Amino acid sequence: MKKGNGLRLVALYGGALLTAVFVLAPFVWLFISSVASNADLLSRPLHWWPQHATLQRYLTILTTTDMNSAAYTFRIALWNSLRLAAGATVLSLAVGVPAAYALARIGVRWGRVATFFFLATYMLPPIALIVALYIILGSLHLRDTVSGLVLVYTSFIAPYVIWIMRGYFLSIPTEIEEAAFVDGCSRFDTFWRIALPLSLPGLVTTVIFAVLMAWDEFFYAMILTSSLAAKTIPVAIAEFSGQHMVDYGLVAAGGVLAALPPVLIALLLQRYIIQGLVAGAVKG
Amino acid sequence: MSSTQKRWSGRREELILALVFLAPALLVTFGVIFIPLAEQFWTSFHRYTLTIPGRPFVGLQNYLSALSDPTFWQAMGRTFYFTLVSTGLELILGLLMALLLNQRFRGQGVLRALILIPWALPTIVNGMMWRWIYNADYGALNALLTQLGLISHYHDWLGSPWMAMNMVIVADVWKMTPLVALLLLANLQTIPGELYEAASIDGAGAIGRFVYVTLPWLRPGLLVSLVLRTIEAFKVFDIIFIMTRGGPANGTQTIAYYTYTQAFSSLQFGRGAALAYLTAMFIVLLSLVYFRLIREDVYS
Amino acid sequence: MKRIMLGLAVVLVIALAAGCGSGQTAKNQTTGPITLQFLTMKQAAYSDEHVNAMIQKFMEQNPGIKVQVTFVPYESLHDKIVTDQASGSGQYDVVLVDEIWPAEFAAANFIQDVTNRITPQMQSGINPAVLNIMKVGDKYYGVPWILDTKFLYYNKKMLAEAGFKDPPKTWDELLNMAKVIKQKKIVEYPIVWSWGQAEAVVCDYAQLVYSFGGNILGPDGSPQFQTDGAMDALKWMVGTLKDGLSNPNSTTYLEEDVRQIFQQGKAAFALNWTYMYGLANDPKQSQVAGDVGIAPTPAAKESIGVSGSMGLAITKSTKYPDAAWKLIEFLTSEENQKPYASDSLPIWTDALNAPDLNASPELVSVAKEQFASMRGRPEFVPWYSQFSTDLQVALQNALLRKESPEDAMKPLVDQVKQLASGQK
Repeated sequence: MKKGNGLRLVALYGGALLTAVFVLAPFVWLFISSVASNADLLSRPLHWWPQHATLQRYLTILTTTDMNSAAYTFRIALWNSLRLAAGATVLSLAVGVPAAYALARIGVRWGRVATFFFLATYMLPPIALIVALYIILGSLHLRDTVSGLVLVYTSFIAPYVIWIMRGYFLSIPTEIEEAAFVDGCSRFDTFWRIALPLSLPGLVTTVIFAVLMAWDEFFYAMILTSSLAAKTIPVAIAEFSGQHMVDYGLVAAGGVLAALPPVLIALLLQRYIIQGLVAGAVKG
Repeated sequence: MSSTQKRWSGRREELILALVFLAPALLVTFGVIFIPLAEQFWTSFHRYTLTIPGRPFVGLQNYLSALSDPTFWQAMGRTFYFTLVSTGLELILGLLMALLLNQRFRGQGVLRALILIPWALPTIVNGMMWRWIYNADYGALNALLTQLGLISHYHDWLGSPWMAMNMVIVADVWKMTPLVALLLLANLQTIPGELYEAASIDGAGAIGRFVYVTLPWLRPGLLVSLVLRTIEAFKVFDIIFIMTRGGPANGTQTIAYYTYTQAFSSLQFGRGAALAYLTAMFIVLLSLVYFRLIREDVYS
Repeated sequence: MKRIMLGLAVVLVIALAAGCGSGQTAKNQTTGPITLQFLTMKQAAYSDEHVNAMIQKFMEQNPGIKVQVTFVPYESLHDKIVTDQASGSGQYDVVLVDEIWPAEFAAANFIQDVTNRITPQMQSGINPAVLNIMKVGDKYYGVPWILDTKFLYYNKKMLAEAGFKDPPKTWDELLNMAKVIKQKKIVEYPIVWSWGQAEAVVCDYAQLVYSFGGNILGPDGSPQFQTDGAMDALKWMVGTLKDGLSNPNSTTYLEEDVRQIFQQGKAAFALNWTYMYGLANDPKQSQVAGDVGIAPTPAAKESIGVSGSMGLAITKSTKYPDAAWKLIEFLTSEENQKPYASDSLPIWTDALNAPDLNASPELVSVAKEQFASMRGRPEFVPWYSQFSTDLQVALQNALLRKESPEDAMKPLVDQVKQLASGQK
């Protein structure tokens, strides 16, 4: 019995270590690449631990005023992505949460059917929409603007908001709302004063997922933006790691900076993420 | 529940409020998606090739010629391969990871947090990172395997079609396995402990408990992971674009990438629209099968 | 946790408010006299900095015209123009067009016929072979701006070490030198190419086909890539990989990878565009600075330079065709091109002999020879882009030795027939 237990422990900690290495190694290497000198990066045999480490690339990205440099593009693109993620999140919640509430209270059958229709839009490949979207944004004078992308992103984030939040609203016991009615609250008051505060954890989860979705999107941003006015960080990284991936270290530094906001959000707010995933997995 | 329902649907002002609540979402999602969708649908029945004047109605010809084109089926085949292998690996590794994280051990909390990193990493950064790791001349993978004595020469990991496809899959699996693991972990925690005890009393060993208790209870989690990953994998574009651009020798050209080149390199927008619809149809078909499975699960 | 959430909320709100602010100002700015939108390419030929300097000068000379420049990488340029013009409400007025696109863009009605605007000076001063890259049928659809061709680069030190004084004149000579260099273990793979699945592989292929006396497509668009010279060239390419003389990773490389390998001293020979001359000689980023030799590309039957030039065109959607033409005239003028000749050599024949030309004399003398023999890819057919995509795959199948050169090229014949008849 004791021997078996020992084996089990070895397997457990071995597995945990293996998982940790599997998960961390590539990202750690990206970080090392971003601080190692070019001589270290191009060395053979490779120096795993850089002989000359430098934070210069980060400094350049954050401070350069040379508007023609990749570093400058990265900084502006990071800022654009931040604005875009914030805008898309706020708009998606503003349109998605009331809709979710309506779909949660409209009757189970209709609510489910309608939610399915919203979610079905997720199955379409973006390529099916892109040319027509380009035309629509052009006619609204929103091409190559952050506002235009906010609108497009909302179209695929809002269904997700509806899906998650409807689940939350359904889990609120109706007795509580009944009581509010008896006290003379209108339906809107009930939503605003009762249902919304009660579903706060769900809202937090939804915000996190919305931010991450907006931050990650690439295809629409690639086609619908062209200048620094709206270029997002994935687009900037794709451009500089395409044909002209020469300064590997700088692209790695850009990558680390681009990864930082979503990774930090995920690490700091992991409790809410897991709650959101539970809602997704269990309530389907 | 039923009384609330009546209230909402029964009174007139309630109905109006419901519409007011729904209208903005309908406007945005269907305004941005439905109009382009209808437009594309119409386009898919026309010969709309920008380099050839005119835009005649051709009926189903775009669909038929796509379906009879070997390039289409090759791209489809690669997409199925990508979907099957990546989703399969993600489910297996994700399950193992979830079972591990469901155990009690020191550092369990930290590890649960760490596995969020790959998932949170933007897809484009992920693709760029792996391309750098695979780099034929300076890549970390080459360095590692050479220094371990496993290979004698630096190898071009994205250099041959078959190898490139598998290496792209590795990058995708690395990023998406944690998501599956978290979904399954959440699901694992809903299994009542008594069931395991009961199974043990009935004489089931570890494997028996896994097969008769864990797996059946994990069905919803597995199905949701399967649906999500299949849809995403079938639409795969970003990671191909950043890592290989469909090459070498079209070895990583998936259906989404093929559609993209048809529309944008060849300016055949009618054909591109038809291809996009064919892809969507495949996805909807797969999803319907999956949803049927989930439904049965919910009612049984 | 609450604090974090609060902090996050504050950041969100600030970021959002900032988004609104900048959107407003951008709109107000456009109410000037005339604003031209100019779409060009970054990081190749003229540097971003130099393009901005040119535009600044143009705006000083033309106070009524404002120019907004958008730089995109080469790989996005085609798709950006297509999306923009296909939408029917394009935002760009002047666009940079690769020489392989005018036939396609003219057929799609994306760019304007400027035949009547071409000045007599342009007709006489620009090498006709260069001016013609923007010609479709008997009409001009723009003016060349970036003149480029591929050269043979070689590492002088490595050649000397192997006992050679002069660069190779023929492809056979090049192979012999490469063999010696490999045997003496000076470098493992002496030759490096940009044979990745992209236009780059077609450029090298076209160059070799022409120099082996072959042709890719006939003037009527009929397939000729299966005939002797073209097949010889392809077999030669495959052979260099088989013999280990070409870097096996060439099949994933693009031009920048070639430069990287060459700069690192990992190749003795490379084919690349003009821009590599300056960069490979820059000690700040190159380990072979000072050892870089440049020569006309070798010959099999003859030495041919493949043309890789680009021109400026006016879009169909512009509201200001006259202002757009003014910008094109300014950018392509001899006075504007001479000071930046180290980025890209001028299109004007005289300028190459001018004493105040800002470029290395070694480069200019080789360039004069190579420009004289320059030839384009079969870009005269409007379906070139699609053909090139198919050709790249066929070439890669042969180069990766998935199929024999004959088998690899076979399906292309049918594809060409379908393309020519508009069925595909």
